[in-house]
This record gives sequence, structure tokens and C-alpha cells, in this order.
Amino acid sequence: MKTIKQVGVIISLVGFLFFTGSIFTSKNYVPQEVFDGWIASKNIKSEFFIEKAQASIVAKEMSTFELSNKIIELGKASNVYQLSQENIAWEKVMKLKWNKTSKEYVYPLVRVSAIGWVPENQFLFFWISFGLAILGGVIAFGSEYKLLGPAGIKNNGIMQHAATNKGWMGMIAFVYFVGFYVLLYFFPNYLVNPILSVNPVSRGLSGNPSSQWFLYGFMYCSVMTVFAIRIFIKYRHNAYQMVRTGVVLFFQIVFAFLIPEILVAFNKPWFDFKNAWPLDYDLFFDLNKDWGLLGQGQIGLFMLVWGIVLTLIIVPVMVYFYGKRWYCSWVCGCGGLAETLGDPYRQLSDKSLLSWKVERWLIHGVLVFAIGMTGLTLHTYFSEIESWQEIAFGITAYDVQTSYGFFIGSIFSGVIGTGFYPIMGNRVWCRFGCPLAAYMGLVQKFKSRFRITTNGGQCISCGNCSTYCEQGIDVRSYAQKGQNIVRSSCVGCGVCSAVCPRGVLKLENGPTENRIDENPNLLGNDIDLLALIKEKK
Amino acid sequence: MKHVVIIGNGISGVTAARHIRKLSDHRITIISAESKYFFSRTALMYVFMGHMEFKHTQPYEKWFWQKNRIDLVEGFVQSIDTSDKKLILSNGSEILFDDLILATGSKPNKFGWPGQDLKGVQGLYSKQDLESLEENSKNCKRAVVVGGGLIGIEMAEMLHSRNIPVTFLVRESSFWNGVLPKEQSEIINKEIRENHIDLRLSTSLKEIISDEYGRAKAVVTNKGETIECTVVGLTAGVSPNIEFVKDSSIKINKGILVNEFLQTNCKDIYAIGDCAEQHNAIGQRRPIEAVWYTGRMMGETVARTICGTPVEYKPGHWFNSAKFIDIEYQTYGWVWAQPKENEDRFSWQDSTGKKSIIISFDKESKTFLGINTFGIRLRHERFDTWLTEKASVEKVLEHLKDANFDPEFFQHYEQEIIDKYNSDFNAQLTVRSKSWKRIFLKA
Repeated sequence: MKTIKQVGVIISLVGFLFFTGSIFTSKNYVPQEVFDGWIASKNIKSEFFIEKAQASIVAKEMSTFELSNKIIELGKASNVYQLSQENIAWEKVMKLKWNKTSKEYVYPLVRVSAIGWVPENQFLFFWISFGLAILGGVIAFGSEYKLLGPAGIKNNGIMQHAATNKGWMGMIAFVYFVGFYVLLYFFPNYLVNPILSVNPVSRGLSGNPSSQWFLYGFMYCSVMTVFAIRIFIKYRHNAYQMVRTGVVLFFQIVFAFLIPEILVAFNKPWFDFKNAWPLDYDLFFDLNKDWGLLGQGQIGLFMLVWGIVLTLIIVPVMVYFYGKRWYCSWVCGCGGLAETLGDPYRQLSDKSLLSWKVERWLIHGVLVFAIGMTGLTLHTYFSEIESWQEIAFGITAYDVQTSYGFFIGSIFSGVIGTGFYPIMGNRVWCRFGCPLAAYMGLVQKFKSRFRITTNGGQCISCGNCSTYCEQGIDVRSYAQKGQNIVRSSCVGCGVCSAVCPRGVLKLENGPTENRIDENPNLLGNDIDLLALIKEKK
Repeated sequence: MKHVVIIGNGISGVTAARHIRKLSDHRITIISAESKYFFSRTALMYVFMGHMEFKHTQPYEKWFWQKNRIDLVEGFVQSIDTSDKKLILSNGSEILFDDLILATGSKPNKFGWPGQDLKGVQGLYSKQDLESLEENSKNCKRAVVVGGGLIGIEMAEMLHSRNIPVTFLVRESSFWNGVLPKEQSEIINKEIRENHIDLRLSTSLKEIISDEYGRAKAVVTNKGETIECTVVGLTAGVSPNIEFVKDSSIKINKGILVNEFLQTNCKDIYAIGDCAEQHNAIGQRRPIEAVWYTGRMMGETVARTICGTPVEYKPGHWFNSAKFIDIEYQTYGWVWAQPKENEDRFSWQDSTGKKSIIISFDKESKTFLGINTFGIRLRHERFDTWLTEKASVEKVLEHLKDANFDPEFFQHYEQEIIDKYNSDFNAQLTVRSKSWKRIFLKA
């Protein structure tokens, strides 16, 4: 069995090797008509740029790195030239920014001009990258059915393994994850071969060529599925974990991936019906008729209204009845990835009081930012101010939106939120950054039936619960006092209850009365209650 | 402001310190030779198994002790001068006290086996034991664990988790059958064997054989068999750790003798936790209780007494829990290995043979006396209430859903259980549905 597992790991690594290696082998050839089309679609007016680019990139075979560098260098040189003119022709100055240029200028050209083995063998490439990685993963995790021994909590060796204790393997994963997200968000031009690997799938689903977001969505679903298999084996004795994992996987595949793609196939806007504002921070962007939801007819209006109802009614009502877990660990995509790919890292979340303080400032800070940003967006809409018009201090609504998108949407939720799994645990974004989690947390704390009940005096302070709490809650500190756990950050994953060796913790939705009462006499000490009441006076 | 000194920073001593701080401004000092900071002894096994790191076993961060003005002294107390109220440490320093709490815990039993002090032979109790097991188990071809109690099965599980072959010698004819009823004891035998631990029942240790370097190389059993091994775990129970008290005027028997206020014969000196022995056993409890929960309760009680409200130690209804490899065990009230004269038993097992419930009740009055549960979590508070109100076994069974504490979506067995009772005792009980009102909203 051990050998089978190793074979699985190797097969999977080979898949990853093809996938990752293809980044370094991508080549391009830009024919004249493709070049002309690109110049037109990007609305590039600088003759300086067009002339030089024409000479250096058209009808030449070169690597993607070379092509990308040339475009950026020429863009910069063109701007220097244009800005040195006596009468600056502003429309000829290209908007260049490190985090945008590659994505907005370079990527579209690279995407359509890719040549070489991968673009010509997309199907085959899909099988030797995704196919092998998935197959190997399934074999490796599947073999754990035997390797782990009889069903039960088998966290053996987690703290001694380099992949899960911030050892060298964890560090490699960390660099890989962060690198991937940086490329995905800011330099998708380098991911063109990986993007092409899922091109046949995208064409089959929506009829459109695959984009970096399609690649991301497909990877997301594949990774979650493979790691869900791991959970189904690891927690096969625990119905809560089995059902929860199945449901969150369903919502990811159907609601976040298939339905939006099918909508696109029918020429409707891409829309994730389970993604609630303020996690879905751009719900209210561009309400305007041209290309926002309101410009999409009946269905666009329906989506907008649904989004508002989801946030204002469904979310708080569900949190009242079930706690925020109904979303965070049963429905949400971020939560879904955290509970599957991130599960091996859950013990790395920091449990100190200091990190709790940082967490509260950060997450509520992001919530305030999200509300402010959205407020500004609505203000510009209703006051009919264009988003590029200055509002105050030289700042426009567009500036605020893009900085939110950059700092929170990309850096925090993606690069840090997932990239940092191997060093800070699997809920970095959910714990420190997600504004929706902050909102639901407030409801959960002050008005909800959900709590984790502590079973009287049975706690032995062993610390398994705290260790495996991905949200860094010091569960033990409550359990050993016989106190129920009511914390705004709890996402109800249920793992504290699963790893408890004495059956002390139970997630449940009960009456709101006495939800957070301590029960000191239950610790087993038969003290005189009347005397105790007198004493407290 | 008096100076309260506590010897021992286990659960008893630390609970006492915390509660004294809650109730008073006394100066508090805790002395320990084992480790500077409190850690949960029960979690040592998880460190070895790689579920946790040692730091995770420490329930309080370092700032906690300073913030709560609890001074921590690392040192070994050599002797106690009860008349001058001072402690003499092994490094020669002295500590004066106004009140003294002895919370020194236990030490593993050694019964004079030949070879019991060889290298590779050890108990599993302290942080140092964990460290030496880490050392001893390197390149281990086989380990032998001697003694079929809770620590024995934990040690077997620990070694097994690192793929070390384990032979487990149990003197009794079935695992822990001095405590567990026969059916449940047998479930654990099966569990041990299913995990490929070589369980030898009715087998005891005769001697441990040394190699030429003074290291254990084999054990010989009472059946004359020699088992080669490089690690020998001695887990034949524990006894109070009171060596340094023997020369003082504090009265001892097996443990330090205390009255119902946990006071020793010397004024202002108290003993709590594993090292304390009650003059008169409380209820059906043993005079010495080496259990986590009782240590904690004693700590709470003694804190009140020291802070001016003398409180008797009344541990309430008995409860306990453990985990035997993958089988969780909880108990509320008394279920003896052998039913007593006035007792009747109801026993149920599921089809996998891994879940089991045994209920003990009074033959005549049908009063519920206690429950043992394997694989089904039960609500402490419910059973505490039923025991206090002396509920009948039938009431308990009918309302078993109120007491279920398994995670959501777990299979329920109440109907199966009650069907079995109805057929065993010719009754017509029906399962009542769960009521939040009964569970949480007491009058």
C-alpha cells in the first residue's frame, strides 16, 4: 500500500511538472493581422509604439517571456517619448502599471498568438497535466483508506512531517501557491499554456475559449474534488464531516463553476448565485446600463435583486438559525478550498491572544472598507457621478474600487489567503480578511441559536481542539471552564468536536437563552449554590 | 496578604492557584521540578503521536502567569519544615509559606521486577518520560508494555502509531476488567487486536533481561516465554508521589492523609489531587483518586477554603471518560465490573460491536445508578440531573435523545436500544423526541 501511495504521489508530481513546466516552454508567433487586431482592440494610439512593435514582434517566433518583455519595454519607451514632446498627446500615453499591464495589454496578444506543442495538442496536454495530477492524487489519497488503519482520528505524524509543520515541503508549497496566484492575478500571460490545457473543456461547456479565470475555476474544482476524497477517507467515521464536505463540493462545482459557465453559453452574464456581498465586492459596480447587471435585461435585474436579498435577508436569517457555518463551511468557495486543500494545514493557525486582537482589527477593518467602497459606488450611481470623476482629495470612486480589488480582492484573499496556507493555516482569508465573515460573525455572536456546547466537566485540557481549530480559537480555554463556545469567528467546521478524545464538544443550534452561561457546578464539584449566589453579591 | 505556596504544577495545583487568584490577592508561588509551565499531562501521548507539539499541551500563554501574579519556581522540594513553615529546595534555597498546598501527583508503580531500572525501561507519566520514550523508541524493533490500564493502552497506541510492533502484557484475563463489565472489556480486547497490537491476556512480567550495555533486550513472562524487545513500558498503575513528605510531621498512609476540607494533620497545609488520601472515602469513591477531574475539583475546593470560606470537598456524581484507541468511553454514576447485590443490568451493543451501552439500576426500585457508553457521546448535564433526582431507568431510556451528544448527522440508536430493553425486561417503553426545553431551559 505504501508503494501504491508513492506511485500515486509520483504520478501526480509528473502531472504538476508538465503543468508547471509548460509555463517555461511557451512560444509565440504574432502574424500581421493578429497584431493589427490587437492594436485596434487595445486602442493604442502611439505611432512610436506601433512602429517599433511592428518591427520587433510581428511575424517572428519568440518565447512568451521575450514577447512580454518587448511589449512592456516598448510601452515604457513610448511613454517616455510621448511625455518628452512639447505638446503632450495624452491619448497616446499608454496606461502602464505593474499589476495591470501584463494582464490587460500583454495577455490578450499572447493568448491568441501561442504556438508550439501545447496549443497543437491541447487534449493530450490536458491529460498529461490535469489528468496525471488528478489520477495520482486519487491513488495517493485513496491508498490512505488502508494506510490510516481503522476509521478514527488519525492525525499521526502531522507535527513531524515537513509538509505540515512548516518544514521544507511546506515552504515549497508556500512558494508555489504564492507564485501561482501572482501569475494568475497579475501576469496571466505566462500561464498561457496551462490556460490552453483546459481550452477544450471551456469550449465544450460555454463555447468560449478558456481564460485564466476558467483555468482557475477548473483547477479549483479539481483540487477540491481530489482533496475531498481525502476527507471522505479520513473522516469516514464522522457523518458531519462527510455530509459537509459533500455539500460544499456540490456548491463549488455546480454554483461557482457549472451554472455560471452555462449562463455564459446562453449569452447571459457570468453569475455565482451563492456569492454574497460583501465577499462579492463588485456586485454593485457598474450598475449602469451599458455593461453592468442592469444592462443585461430581466435576468440581470433578477441577479441584482437576488444578491441584495441574499445579503440582507437570507444570510442573517440562516446565521440566526444555524450560525455562520451554513455559509463558511457548507457553501462558500473560499471555505470549501480551505476545508479540502487546506485541511492538512489547519493546525498551523496561530492561537495566541495577540493574533486574536490582530484578527479583530483586520477583519472588521476590511468590512468597513468594503462598506465604504460600496457606499461610494452607490453614491456615484445615484448622484450620477461618473466613476472617474474626482470626489475628494483627488480620489475617484474608481480609485477606491480598484484599490479594494487589488489589496483585498487579489492580494489578501488570493495571494495571502490561499498562498499562506502552508505557514499560517488554512483560513487566513476567512479569519483575518473576509468582510462577509465579519458581518456574519457579528450576527453569530449577538443573535444566533448556534453554539458549541461544552459537555459539563469532561474536558481534560488536552488541547486537540485548539490545535486543530483553523480559526485559531482557543477552544480549550472555554471547554476546560465548562463554558459554551460562542465566537464570531467560528465557522463551524466541526473538527474540534471530531478530534476531541472525550466527547466534550458538540455543535448545535438551540434556544438563545443561556447560550453562553457557565455551568460551574457541573464541573463535578457539588458546591452549595445558595452560598455561591451570596458570594457573588 | 499571605503567601500561598503550591508544590506541583499539574491540574490540581494550577487550578488551586487560579481560583485563589480569582478570590483573593494572596501572594502565590508554584514550585515544580518537572517543567516551568503547566501542561496537560493527558496530552503527552498526542505529542509522541505527532498530533500536537508540546507547546500545544500548555493551556496558558506565558504572559498569563505574570498577569495573574502567579510566581513560578523551577525547583525540587527536598523537605518541609512544618514548624517554621518553610521549604528546603534541593539547590539549598528556602521558601517561606503561610499556607502550603501539596499537589505533587503520582509516580508510576514498580513492583521490584528484576531489571526494572535498565535502560529502555520506563513508565509514562511525566514530561521527562515522554522525552525518554522519544529517545528509547529510536530504531525499536519491538516494544513490550506491561500493565492493562489506561496508561498501558495509551502507550501501546502511541508506539503502534509509529509502526513499532507492540506486545501488550495484561495480568487480568481481559483488559481493564476490574473496572469494565465483561462485555465492554471484551470489546476493547478486540479493538486492541484489530490494531495489530499483540495482546497477551493473563500474562504478567517476570523479569527484564539486560544486554551487555545495561539495556533491556527482552522480557520473560510468567508463562516462561521470552519476548525480545528494546523498549519496556511499565504501566502498572501509579501511586502518590510523596517521598519528600515522609520525613516531615505530615501524616501519610499510601497518600497524604486529608480530612474533608483537604487539610492534613498540620495546620495550613493541604493536599490535593493524586497525592491526597481521604481519611474516610467519599461515597463509593476510593480514598485516593488519581483522576484528572477530581484533581481539578479539589483545586477549586481548596482555593475557597484558603480564601476564607471553608468548603468541604464534595465531588458530586462520579463521571469519567477515556479513549481506547478509536473507541470513546464515558461513564456517569456507578457501573461496576460485577453488579452488586441490589443491581440489575441492561446491556446493548450495535451490529458492528463497537458501540455499547451498559446501564446499572436498582432491581427493586428501578432507580438509575449509572451508565457506561462506548462510541456514543452522552450529555453530562442530563445524567447529572437524572442521578440527582434519582430518575428511574425507564425515564432515562425514554429520554435518551435528550442526552445524546454525538455530532449532527450521526446515526441514532435510541430506538434500537429501547427495543432491546423492552424485549429484555418485558416493557413497553417508547422513545421520546428530543426537547430543547428539557435540555437547556431548566426551571
